[in-house]
Amino acid sequence: MSELHIRELVIDIPGRPGGRPLDFSVAPGQVWGVLGPNGAGKTTLLHTLAGLRPCRSGQVKLDDQPLDALKRRTVAQRLGLVFQERQDGFPATVLETALIGRHPFLSSWQMESAADLKLARQALTNLEVSHLEDRLVSTLSGGERQRVAIATVLTQSPAIWLADEPTNHLDLHHQIAVMELLAGEAAAGKAVFMCLHDLNLAARWCDHLLLLYPNGEACWGPASRMLVPDALERLYGQRLATTELDGAPIFVPVR
Amino acid sequence: MTRRLWLPLGLLALAAALACSLSITVGSAAISVSDVWGVIGGQGSDLQQTLILELRLPRTMAAFVTGGLLAVAGALMQVLLRNPLADPYVLGLSGGAAVGALLAMLAGLGSLVISGSAFAGAMVATLLVFGLAHGTGSWTPSRLLLTGVVVAAGWGAIITLMLAISPARRLPGMLYWLMGDLSYAGTPWPAMVLLALSCLLVIPLGRSLNVLARGPLQAAALGVAVRPLEWTVYVLASLLTAVAVTTAGSIGFVGLVVPHMLRLVLGNDQRLILPACALAGGTLLVLADTLARTVIAPEQLPVGVITALLGVPTFLYLLYRSR
Repeated sequence: MSELHIRELVIDIPGRPGGRPLDFSVAPGQVWGVLGPNGAGKTTLLHTLAGLRPCRSGQVKLDDQPLDALKRRTVAQRLGLVFQERQDGFPATVLETALIGRHPFLSSWQMESAADLKLARQALTNLEVSHLEDRLVSTLSGGERQRVAIATVLTQSPAIWLADEPTNHLDLHHQIAVMELLAGEAAAGKAVFMCLHDLNLAARWCDHLLLLYPNGEACWGPASRMLVPDALERLYGQRLATTELDGAPIFVPVR
Repeated sequence: MTRRLWLPLGLLALAAALACSLSITVGSAAISVSDVWGVIGGQGSDLQQTLILELRLPRTMAAFVTGGLLAVAGALMQVLLRNPLADPYVLGLSGGAAVGALLAMLAGLGSLVISGSAFAGAMVATLLVFGLAHGTGSWTPSRLLLTGVVVAAGWGAIITLMLAISPARRLPGMLYWLMGDLSYAGTPWPAMVLLALSCLLVIPLGRSLNVLARGPLQAAALGVAVRPLEWTVYVLASLLTAVAVTTAGSIGFVGLVVPHMLRLVLGNDQRLILPACALAGGTLLVLADTLARTVIAPEQLPVGVITALLGVPTFLYLLYRSR
């Protein structure tokens, strides 16, 4: 179990005033959703939390140590990131791609063991892409690639999941399957922190929300307190109609 | 997992051994394999001793090591730049080495100085390309590649200028050097040791390189210290190229074609591809050099011509039938 502490953090977006520093913790068992319009800094925030880019001020701590003081390998053993954009420079198969999730756990001279292979195959099965294991990733559809990317992080099995729009490109069934998977990870004591564009998925699956405004303003808290139609309408600059289904709010954009 | 590595490497090692014995036995005077073993065991006539130990064996070894170095350097650069077009020649490293070597030839200096000067030229070219591409911002692969291409064009112009103003008697040596020539290769042992050491070094780095091939952010997210790894690969690839160019002059296509052919057949696991490049690159150049000195014997062709003539169609064919 690991916990991510965000202390007085201002992410570095060129040409933007600092806004409100972020200050919260992502604890085991929690599912956080980040909502905000395009360009609000969701991806930048995620990369900053993963230690992939410097912040303007403040600090990110993984358990009790500052993120930038830790070795990349140590970070990767505890924290995984599903990227929104992926580049495949050289051809690689689906199974090879899932297997790189074991990279942080293997020493230089070690080959992937049968146990590692089993983990990767299990992850591919969980994401319903095991039948594609010998295919080249470059030949897959967008949604299949997205599931392979999630399977890679599942193979990595981090205590903290950061996911950049994990439901991107996915059909309705697989959107729900992926949200179920992430919720299941949280129920098993992992911490999940993801950017989402779908308010209804966020309302249904997230217990905490962070609203990021393009001007750097932000607010966060338990989902029940953050899902206020007024605040969401202001966030997206879009009128919304609200209803309720099975106890969860449903938001529909209206003209 | 391990068997997947050893089978292709075993086959390539066998091919390398066959190519080397072919290269040693074929030539102006044919020698049987048993004679070769006899000579290595200390027997055989003086003529055979000289022919094998002082002429053919060193030349074969020089060809092998040069091919291996170039192929490994090419494969490393391709991962570093995440671009299958990267190659020591495309990046202008050989251009720098050529300018260094030609300067020394123009001044009428000895072969040792020519080698040293070529080595210095390659290192200057590397620093120039990577320094310019680094600039004020980040080290993007496309900028690096474009910088390399432009700098290579610059070296080309300088080479043409030097050829234009050189006295006629120096021209043949210069041209042969530019096209790659193994007949003046010095002792191959230091290069051999470097090739063996770098293979040992890159195998443990292999898995990190596999991850790096998927982009620096993804690599960092999976625990790779990206900047130190990139510098290691860059310094190593430059060193390997400089030594190869110093040994045999400018030989194109090996660094581009060999890694590609292997990737099409063996996949893209660097732990397999890099040692396989050392073996296959060496084999290719040994065969090319054997051809170069037998096709129109007693005249010799520059080996760079052969690699290009072999490499281009092979590469096009593999590209055509790849999935």
